[in-house]
Amino acid sequence: MSLVTPTETAPHRVVTLPRKRRIPLAVAAGLGWLALMVICAVFADLIRPYDITQMDLSARLSPPGTPGHWLGTDELGRDVLSRLFQSVRVSLVIAFGATIISAVFGTTLGFLAAQFRGIIEHLVVMLADFQAALPFLIMSLAVLAFFGSSMILLVGLMGFYGWERYARIARGLAISAGAQGYAAAVVQLGATPRRVYLNHILPNVASTLIVSMTLTFPEIILMESGLSFLGLGVQPPDTSLGNMVGFGREYLTTAPWIMLGPAVVIMFTTLSISLVGDWLRDKLDPTIR
Amino acid sequence: MIRFISLRLFRAALTVLAVMTFAFVVLRMSGDPAQVLLGPDVPQNVIDDFRADWGLDKPLWRQYLAYLGAILTGDFGLSMRGGAPALDLVLERVPATLILTIPALFLKLSIGIPAGIYAALHRDSTIDRGVIVLAILGFTVPSFVMGLVLVLIFSIQLGLLPSGGFGTWLHAILPALTISVGGIGLLARFSRSAMIEVMGQPFIRTASAKGVKWRDVVWGHALPNAAVPIVTIVGFMVGSLIAGAVVVETIFSWPGIGRLLIVSVSNRDLAVVQCILLLIAAVMVCSNLIVDLLYGWLDPRLRAQPAH
Repeated sequence: MSLVTPTETAPHRVVTLPRKRRIPLAVAAGLGWLALMVICAVFADLIRPYDITQMDLSARLSPPGTPGHWLGTDELGRDVLSRLFQSVRVSLVIAFGATIISAVFGTTLGFLAAQFRGIIEHLVVMLADFQAALPFLIMSLAVLAFFGSSMILLVGLMGFYGWERYARIARGLAISAGAQGYAAAVVQLGATPRRVYLNHILPNVASTLIVSMTLTFPEIILMESGLSFLGLGVQPPDTSLGNMVGFGREYLTTAPWIMLGPAVVIMFTTLSISLVGDWLRDKLDPTIR
Repeated sequence: MIRFISLRLFRAALTVLAVMTFAFVVLRMSGDPAQVLLGPDVPQNVIDDFRADWGLDKPLWRQYLAYLGAILTGDFGLSMRGGAPALDLVLERVPATLILTIPALFLKLSIGIPAGIYAALHRDSTIDRGVIVLAILGFTVPSFVMGLVLVLIFSIQLGLLPSGGFGTWLHAILPALTISVGGIGLLARFSRSAMIEVMGQPFIRTASAKGVKWRDVVWGHALPNAAVPIVTIVGFMVGSLIAGAVVVETIFSWPGIGRLLIVSVSNRDLAVVQCILLLIAAVMVCSNLIVDLLYGWLDPRLRAQPAH
């Protein structure tokens, strides 16, 4: 890779130990868990034993291990396992959608700032200041509470999470790529800015941006589940991981399994993505170590 | 230096203005507070009176200018429920939030930073690995899960601590712990990587080679250079002293700013929500400003250029 800017790397990395080929055990476990989650999300309709709203009032609050309801049932006798599958799907869809929106939005703004500098750059910096001044949870809270929560609004809103990181990275990398000659050479050959950025600079900065995405993804899951926990995110009858924890909270003493299942899933998922993301960063990102 | 400070001050003021405008526009665009507050079966003339009383019948830009003007004179409006001044309602809740967040901040700093630095200085040791695992666990577990698990263990199983409410200092232990866990992990991780980065620099090798004592190398040469990224995170934590406890206050029914925000948001109490948003943004902007100035003090190289 040739996008290392001279100022950003430690130039005197004395010993470079040969990298181990094997994937560390923790990362492998993380990848396995994520694969399982993706399978659950994709095939949620096929593998869940019951419909998510199907009530069985005779089997309310059955503990885990009850035949037919392996993870137990909730206060309305709905199967926790089935709802868990659906929650994984909803949470992952929101997080995927939002991560992509945020990456595209941030990268575009970063490239625009690098291309035009001047007033546009100031504008982007100001937007980032604004984002930093109002914690994201508070901003989403205000917007969702006053506009009412819908899936589209939720994904759109979450899509603003972390855009400023991509913008900063994209701007920095684009400026340094511009100084490296290859971009200037293509410009000299008569390429339009659009072509320069999309076909030449983007492929060169993609690995850093992808690493950044793996770091934002778990944060979006946490943000969405936090909002859903507060009752402002995904609305019933649909369900998400945070939403399940939120409703399960009322049965903490009598039926903790309603809340523990989704809590464990959130924990393992964000943990796995963080582990895999860190590992990817060490492997791919030349600007950090 | 003066130019740098005044530029930062100007940007800070602009940011606060942007937050105020955002709050105003979002809250006004999203529907009529008169309908929500008065209910569906109220005759039209009562609604009209209410709207006239609160200035909601005027065009939006007139309301906005009136709002800005009032804030400049220190008038933050009245709560639409109860009619008390919004600022008083908000300030009344601040101490309760700070009772949780200041000890939590103290915990974060006194555990997170030393753990990170220790791990960095003993890289690849068992303790280092332990710190990494705990740190990642700390900030990947959402605060509401952490809070509920703590309640499950300490209140329900062991019966040692109250599971919620406000009163003795015992009530503050679980919420403050819940708030601090994520921050401890984050700080440990950041201090570790900042320290590792610095320890790989040539000047550390030079200092060691000259025969400077190890302690002095760490305290005198490495730590000051690792301070900039750590200060950034700490500044962010100080900035969220007010806003950082929304979820935790909800779990433990703690009567702080976060609870007030959630309640006012669901009541559509415009003045109170605007006041809270403004307070949160002002605290955040101030702490960012202080961090920027600290950068200049910590790292003279940054004084020359505007910090983007």
